[in-house]
Amino acid sequence: MLYINCPHCGIRSQIEFSYGGDASVKRPELNKEVSDQEWDDFVYNRKSLRGKHLELWQHISGCRQWIKIERDTATHEIFRTFKADEEVA
Amino acid sequence: MTQAFRIDNGGLVNREKKLSFKFNGKTYFGCEGDTLASALLANGVHLVGRSFKYHRPRGFFGVGVDEPYAVVQLYRNGETEPNIKATEQELFEGLEAKSVNCWPSVNFDIGAINNFLKIFLPAGFYYKTFMWPKSFWYRIYEPFIRKAAGLGVASTKHDKERYEHKYEYCDLLIAGSGPSGLASAYAAAKNGAKIILAEDKPRFGGSLLTSDVNIGNQSGKDWAEGIIAELKTMPNVVVKNRSQIFGYYDHNMLVMSEKVSDHLPSTKKYHPNKRLWYIRAKEVLISSGSIERPIVFGNNDTPGVMLSSAAKEYLKVYGVLVGRKPLVFTNNDSGYETAIEFKKYGVNPIVLDTRKNPESEIIDEAKNLGIKIKNSYVVVAAKGYKKVKSADIASISEDKKQLGKIENIQCDCICVSGFWTPTIHLASQSGNKTKFKEEIDAFVPGQSKQNEITLGAANGVFSLDETLKTSFKAGSELSKKITKKNNEVAIPNVVEKKSSQHDKFWCVPLPKGKNYKRFLDFQNDVAVSDVEIALREGYRSIEHVKRYTTLGMATDQGKTSNLNGLQLVSEIENKIVPAVGHTTFRPPYTPVSIGAIVGREVGKHSKPTRKSPMHSWHEKNNAVFVDAGVWLRPRYYKRGNENLFEGSKREAKNVRTNVGVCDVTTLGKIDIKGPDAAELLNRVYTNAWLKLPVGKARYGVMLREDGIVMDDGTTTRISENHYHMTTTTAQAANVLSHLEYYLQLVWPELNVNVVSTTEQWAGAAIAGPKSRDLLQKLFPNSDVSNEGLPFMGYMEGDLFGVKARIFRISFSGELAYEVNVESDYGNFMWEKIIEVGKEFNIQPYGTEALSTLRIEMGHVAGSELDGRTIPFDNALEGLVSKKKDFIGKRSLQRSAFIAEDRQRIVGVVPLDKQTSIPEGSHLVKDDKAPLPNPKLGHISASCWSVEYDNPFSLAILKDGKNMIGQKLFAMSPLKNKVIPVEIVSSHYVDPKGERVRS
Ligand SMILES: [Zn+2]
Repeated sequence: MLYINCPHCGIRSQIEFSYGGDASVKRPELNKEVSDQEWDDFVYNRKSLRGKHLELWQHISGCRQWIKIERDTATHEIFRTFKADEEVA
Repeated sequence: MTQAFRIDNGGLVNREKKLSFKFNGKTYFGCEGDTLASALLANGVHLVGRSFKYHRPRGFFGVGVDEPYAVVQLYRNGETEPNIKATEQELFEGLEAKSVNCWPSVNFDIGAINNFLKIFLPAGFYYKTFMWPKSFWYRIYEPFIRKAAGLGVASTKHDKERYEHKYEYCDLLIAGSGPSGLASAYAAAKNGAKIILAEDKPRFGGSLLTSDVNIGNQSGKDWAEGIIAELKTMPNVVVKNRSQIFGYYDHNMLVMSEKVSDHLPSTKKYHPNKRLWYIRAKEVLISSGSIERPIVFGNNDTPGVMLSSAAKEYLKVYGVLVGRKPLVFTNNDSGYETAIEFKKYGVNPIVLDTRKNPESEIIDEAKNLGIKIKNSYVVVAAKGYKKVKSADIASISEDKKQLGKIENIQCDCICVSGFWTPTIHLASQSGNKTKFKEEIDAFVPGQSKQNEITLGAANGVFSLDETLKTSFKAGSELSKKITKKNNEVAIPNVVEKKSSQHDKFWCVPLPKGKNYKRFLDFQNDVAVSDVEIALREGYRSIEHVKRYTTLGMATDQGKTSNLNGLQLVSEIENKIVPAVGHTTFRPPYTPVSIGAIVGREVGKHSKPTRKSPMHSWHEKNNAVFVDAGVWLRPRYYKRGNENLFEGSKREAKNVRTNVGVCDVTTLGKIDIKGPDAAELLNRVYTNAWLKLPVGKARYGVMLREDGIVMDDGTTTRISENHYHMTTTTAQAANVLSHLEYYLQLVWPELNVNVVSTTEQWAGAAIAGPKSRDLLQKLFPNSDVSNEGLPFMGYMEGDLFGVKARIFRISFSGELAYEVNVESDYGNFMWEKIIEVGKEFNIQPYGTEALSTLRIEMGHVAGSELDGRTIPFDNALEGLVSKKKDFIGKRSLQRSAFIAEDRQRIVGVVPLDKQTSIPEGSHLVKDDKAPLPNPKLGHISASCWSVEYDNPFSLAILKDGKNMIGQKLFAMSPLKNKVIPVEIVSSHYVDPKGERVRS
C-alpha cells in the first residue's frame, strides 16, 4: 500500500485516496472547434507508461483535493507530489 | 498411553500439566507447552501423512514454519481448518487433528498405488498425461485428481470466529526475536525509538533456546529471557509472539498475522481468532534467522528422517527424543551439536560426516564425549517404509563421485544437516536484489531497496559474537537517526564454540543398479529425477523448471528445497548457482487464513450501512428493507400476510388515488455556492442554466466526457448564488468528485464551492392527487396553491416550528412535493406527515412502489442510465442544448451516437397482458431463430402497472423510435421464458405530463 504525501494534509495511506488517471491530459477549451482525433486523444487514448508518470489522485477521505503525484509505475516509488494548481517543473 | 519418548527432565514444557488430544481418532497425552508435533513425537508417532503425488508415508521433517510434511486438518471448538502445520500448532486440551492426503487412512491408502506406478508420474505429468484424450478429463482425470490431491478440506460452514485488522506505525519493526532481533531491539529501545518486535513462535529467543552459548555470564536462553522481560516493561516497545510478518509491501508497509487464540481450546469472549497488523515502519530490521538445509539421499522422505536442528529443538525445547538410535548425517558442525545433546541425555548417536578430517572445538567436544564418528561417510538410502529401521551407508571418495562398499546399520532416525540457508524472503519481497555468498552456498540480501536491513543468520552471519555486535550497532544507529538520542549499551561478552568450514556437498550419488527416489521438494514430491527430466526436455530458466516440476510451489514455498534444486540445475547445466538465480519470493511467507485477510469486513460489514433518520419508524411499521447502495431503504411496508407484489401494488395505487409518502433522504445532495455557480451548472448539465430564477428547480442531465449519461436530478436555485443539487442515491459520491475535478483542475477560475449535504437533510416525497391538500395543512401559513407554488417551484416553510424546504418536483408523475428538514428533525417531519395525512388516507410507500410509479410514467433511473446510454437513448435529447458547450457534448457527434437506428427507450407490454417480463430479457424478432439469436434490445425495468392493471416494462431497443406498434419476443433463458410482446410508448401513463402540473 502506497504512502502518499498529500501537499495539504501530509503523509497518509493509499486507502484515503482514489486514482484519477494521467495528469498530463489537458481538456480542450469549451466552445472550441476540436477535431475527431484531438477529442479521441483527450477522451480515450492513453499511454501505459513504464517508469516515471505524472498522475492525478483525489484525497477522497481527507481534504478532498485533487493532487498530482509523480510516481514510478514499475517500482511504485513516489518522487514528488503537487497541489492541483502547482506547476510541475 | 504413556509418552515413551519424553525425557524426564530438560526442555521448556510443563510436565505437571497433562493435556489430552486426538490424532486420527486416537487419544494421546502431551504436556502444556507442546506443539502437536512434539506431543505426537513424545508418543512415538512419526507417521502423520501421505505425500502429495505418490502418497508415500510421511513424518516430521522440521520443527516450525519449514515443515513440509506434517500438514493436518484441525478441529477446534466445532470448527475445522485445513493446512495447519503440526509443528506450529500449539497443543491444547481436547485438540483434534487428522491427517490429510490419505484416504481411507494414513496407514493404508489407495494413493500409495501411485508409488508403484511412479514411472507414469514423472515431471510435468499434469501437462503430459491429462491432455488427452479430451473426453477423459471430466470422467477420469478430474475426479482422480480431486480425490487424491489437496491439503485438507475447507469448512463450508459460516466461520463464527472473529478476525480483526489493526493499523500501526513504528520507528523500527524487527522481524524475529533471535539474538540479532533481541540485540537490535534492546539498543534501539534504549534510544527511545518506537519498536515492534515480532516472533512467529510462542517462545522468544530463536536459536538461543537451543544453542549451547553464554552471553554475559548467562546462558543464551537466560539472557534472552532477561532482555524480553525488560523490553516488555518499556512503554515504547511492543513485543508480540505468535506473530508472523508474512509480507513486505511498498513504502515500508509490512503485514503481520498474530495468532491470538489458536493455542486455546476456544476463543475468549471479545477476543479475535487472529489479528492482522498493517505496520508502516520507518525502518525494518530483518532478523529472521536461517533454516537448515537437507542433504539429498535415497528415500530421504521416510518418516524418521529429519533436520538435525529439528531433532535438537524437540529435545531442548520439548524434552522429546525423536529416536533412541539416532544417525546424524552432516556436512558441517551443526550435526555434532545435535549429537552432543543426544549424548547428554544418555542416547548414543552415530555421526556420519561427509568431510575427510574436520577439526573444531565442537567436534573435539563430541569426541571427548565418546560419540562415534565416521568421516567421509554418507547415507546412501534410508530403509523402512513407514518408519526408518536402518540405513544403507557407505564411504565416499574425495571427489564425492564414488561410493565405497555399502553397509547397513540399525537406526530409528536420521538427523540430517546440509548447512544453513538464510531466510531472505522478506528482504527479497521488499525489492532487495539478493546476492550469492560462496562461503555459505546460499543467497543473502544485497543492496537494500526500501528502508530495510538484514542481520545475523538471515544475512549469512552464523557467529553469535559477530551477530550481536552488528545488531547492537544497527539498532543503536537506526534509532539514533530517528530519535536523536544516543544511550550507549554495553555489548556483552560471548562464549561460543568455534566451528569449522562446512563441506559443499548436498546430494549423495545413486549406487550402481539402484534408483532410489531422492527428494528435493518434500511437500510436492519433486525428486532429483524430475528435475533431470525437465532439463533433458529443454527447460532452462529456473522459473520454468519450477513450474514444470512444481519444485518449491507447495504451501511451504520450498523453504527446505529451493537451494538444493538450484544446486542440481547448476550442476547439470554446468553453471554456477548465481547464474541460475533463484525464483521470486512472494508474500505470504507462510499460509494466512482467508478469515484474517478479510477481517471484520464480512456479510453486512463488507460495506458500511447507512440509515435515514426515519429508519426506526420504518422498522416499527413493518418495513421490509432493501439494500440501495450503502443505504437500507424500505422496499414496502408489509400489512398482514402481504407479499412484495401485493404490498407494493397497494402502495402505488394509493399514490395514484390518494397520497403517499416516501423516504427520499438517500438521494445525494450537494450544496453549491458562489458567484459562478450558474456557470458551473451550465457546463456540467446538458441543458441551459444561466436563466433559472431564484425559487425555481430544474431537471438536469449530466454526461461524462465520452457522452454517456452520468447522472440526473433536479437542482434548485435557493438564492442568488446558492444552489441545491440532487443526485441519484448511487451516484452521489461520484458526482461530487466529478464537480471537484472540474473546479480544481479544469476550471479553477470559477468561483464556486461544493459540499455534500446528503446527510444534513432528511427528505420526504409527498405524492398523489391529495398531496396539495395535505401540504396546505402541514404549512398553513404558506401559499402552496398552483399559483403560489407552481410545478418546479421552491419555497421555504414552517413545519410546526421547524424550518423546511419545499420543492414541487415529482418522480412518480403525480402531483408531488418534496419536503426537506435538517436531519435531526427528520423523524419529527415524518410523523407529522403521517399524522396530518390520516384524513387523506396517506400511506407510506417503499422503493418497489416508487419504481412502479416511475416505470409506468417512463421516467428513467439507474437501470436505464446504466453507463451505456446517451441522452437520446433515454428520450432526453430535448434537454441537450444546441447553443452552449458542456461536458461530453463533443462526443455526441460520434457516428454511432447519431446513427439513424440508434437504440432508444420504449415501453413493452406482453400480448397476453398477464405475464410479467423478467428484467434483463432480450428482445428478438423471431423466437425460433437459431442461436445466437440477434438481440434487438433488453428489458431494463419491469412493473405491474397499477393504472392499467397489467404488466409493463421499459426497454432499450435498437431503432426504438420506429418500433412502436411492432410485435417482438422477450426471451429470458435464465427464467426459461419466451413472451410475445408489443412495443408501445415509454410514457404509458399520462403521456402529456398533465398531472404534475395540475
Ligand atoms: Zn489531503
